Amino acid sequence: MTSTESLLDRRQMAYIAAQASDARVNVELETEGMTLNIGPQHPATHGTLRIIARLDGEQVVWAEPSCGYMHRGYEKLTEVRTYPQVTALINRIDWLGSFANEVPFILAAEKLMGIEAPPRAQWIRTILFELSRIANVSLFLGDLGVQLGAVTPVFMAFRDREYVLNLIEGATGGRFHPNFDRIGGLKDDLPAGFIDETRVVMKKLRNFCDEIENLLFGNEIFQSRTRGIGVIPKDIALQYGLSGANLRASGVDWDLRRDQRLPMAWDKIDWKVWTHPDGDSFARCWIRLQEVRESTRIVDQLLDGIPSGPVMAKVPRIIKVPEGEAWVSTENPLGEMGYYVVSKGELGPFRTKIRSASFNNISIVPWVLKGVYVPDIITILASLYFILGDIDR
Amino acid sequence: MNALLAADLPYWAQSLLRVLGGVVAVLLPAGTIVYVFLFKMMSFMQSRLGPMEAGPYGSLQLFAEVGKWLQKEDITPERADRFIFKIAPLVVLTSTFLLVAVVPFGPDAWFTNFEAGVFYMLAVSSVSVLGILIAGWSSANKYSLLGGLRAAGQLIAYELPMVLAVVGVIIQAGTMNLQEIVVSQNAGEIFGWNGLGNPFLLTQIIGFVIFMIAVQAELTQTPFDMPIAESELVSGYMTEYSGFRFLTFFIAEFATAGVFSLIASVLFLGGWGIPFSWFGWSGIDDVDNWMNVVGPLIMVTKMLLLSFVIMWVRFSYPRFREDQLQRFAWKVLVPVSLVNIMVTAILKVAF
Repeated sequence: MTSTESLLDRRQMAYIAAQASDARVNVELETEGMTLNIGPQHPATHGTLRIIARLDGEQVVWAEPSCGYMHRGYEKLTEVRTYPQVTALINRIDWLGSFANEVPFILAAEKLMGIEAPPRAQWIRTILFELSRIANVSLFLGDLGVQLGAVTPVFMAFRDREYVLNLIEGATGGRFHPNFDRIGGLKDDLPAGFIDETRVVMKKLRNFCDEIENLLFGNEIFQSRTRGIGVIPKDIALQYGLSGANLRASGVDWDLRRDQRLPMAWDKIDWKVWTHPDGDSFARCWIRLQEVRESTRIVDQLLDGIPSGPVMAKVPRIIKVPEGEAWVSTENPLGEMGYYVVSKGELGPFRTKIRSASFNNISIVPWVLKGVYVPDIITILASLYFILGDIDR
Repeated sequence: MNALLAADLPYWAQSLLRVLGGVVAVLLPAGTIVYVFLFKMMSFMQSRLGPMEAGPYGSLQLFAEVGKWLQKEDITPERADRFIFKIAPLVVLTSTFLLVAVVPFGPDAWFTNFEAGVFYMLAVSSVSVLGILIAGWSSANKYSLLGGLRAAGQLIAYELPMVLAVVGVIIQAGTMNLQEIVVSQNAGEIFGWNGLGNPFLLTQIIGFVIFMIAVQAELTQTPFDMPIAESELVSGYMTEYSGFRFLTFFIAEFATAGVFSLIASVLFLGGWGIPFSWFGWSGIDDVDNWMNVVGPLIMVTKMLLLSFVIMWVRFSYPRFREDQLQRFAWKVLVPVSLVNIMVTAILKVAF
């Protein structure tokens, strides 16, 4: 890349130089590098992601994520399932916020069939969607501490996520894999006492956010480990197709919950999309912390205004989706998640393409890891926040 | 324990008792710290119960853990440097035993009354670096190698602030003998008032803070635990160790925490003594014999207090990065401790 050095490369070189001004001695000594395989079984990769890193001392010269160790072939498997059966599969894509996985697929199927869930079902869907976001991201906030060496936050995260999981279990019967969404509505109405209990839990979750903010985000060591580390500028983030909190942390004001018209309840309440101008690891973590708080606010407001009525529209007993193609994506806990469903008018989809957020988010790993130190690999990967099931599908 | 054992015991019996005393002085703190702090206090801070099944409140959990480790296979990696790999944990543990040898537990309860005790203590505490470095090198594992190198860099960097922090105490006490440092604290007086002795914690508070930070780094506990760094280096130099050898590393880690707490309490908190004025003692020769029994208890109390601080920091802080740690050691701790030495020396001459 001598003659065709693009703007991108030049910026990268500047980034490397800034990160490694003191490591220049290695260039003079021409030391031999070392290839470090981070993963597939490594505590920092949340599963079986493998990152091949070429090191010069402790500095990364070149890095590449190698995914597919947990590929389960869900896109292919949907072709031999009926539409109602597919939700049981796609629950397992992002296993920490599973209800949120079901929604875009169901919405795509509903779009093809030309039906819409009744208002109450839409509101309950939105509540459960936000609850699964809270369950997912609060665990991230705890896990962040472990990645940086602080063991305590993760236990607090597990403790408080438990309340949310109990709520989801109370409403749907499944803690991790609700499988509660149906084409045309929901399986059931909310159980008695759900609304009061949810209000209490939301208060607890806000306390949890304050605790994490005091314990972790206010810590000087945490700040020195994350501020200015793994900076992703706005245009680079857009070029690599980042989505979700990673994109908003780079200063792009983009949230599908607000920017898109969907038969969900987000546009009926008052909430805020948080952005951060820095684009570093701290910004990504901070955005997620704010989003948990914002989600608790969203849930509180939804509980106030939940309409009455049925939770299921009139749908035929055997669901056949008419011929056509539909693309629906939503703002999932990890970023934009979408399903492109092609139907040939049969019981199951002819072809499904799953656009999962983590797969696109880790595409920036080679760019952002260049020139950083080994401990920062962990910080950056933790702040990018991917879930293996979401990468490999 | 020399004078204690002077009651006409043959030399072999004295030596045996001394070795047993050393083993107790190393293993007892290790066990106490692991159970009280690692199991129970950590669990309390993390809103969980900790071990509850083995014995009342899980008090026998420690034996279960030791039993588990002893049963496990002692694996040596194929490409490891076998001899070096096998002796590395023992080198680390040896440094702990060497450290405890100079700690006085009472007016007569000591292993060796060594004139250059502080000097010796600082010297042998760096032997563990050697063990960690060879453990990282000989494991034939990239993570271990990185961990070992980090450990070497870190421990050498923090040796210096530790030495400099202790120099203030040496200047004030006018001796390097740990026993005499204890006496000078308990027989001392603050502006003519001797109700509290003169624990160097008051005058050497900067030295104490720097010493504890350096101890934290020396023990490779969070926030200075990047040689171990479970989430990035998968336990660093300990990665390839299993069974008994891992247990040795584990004991060495917590025993060293205990021994360093003992040393810190000797240097800064008055050691085994109580202010001599309470009982009208004027020097070490006046101290009653029952202090040989009470002294160790006082030492254990102070050790638990200081270990609590070490563990408390360990559970609540994230970890530094290697370069940030070096910067902290060389740009903050070393200058501050040098200033501390200067001020101490000036005040020593002035008063």
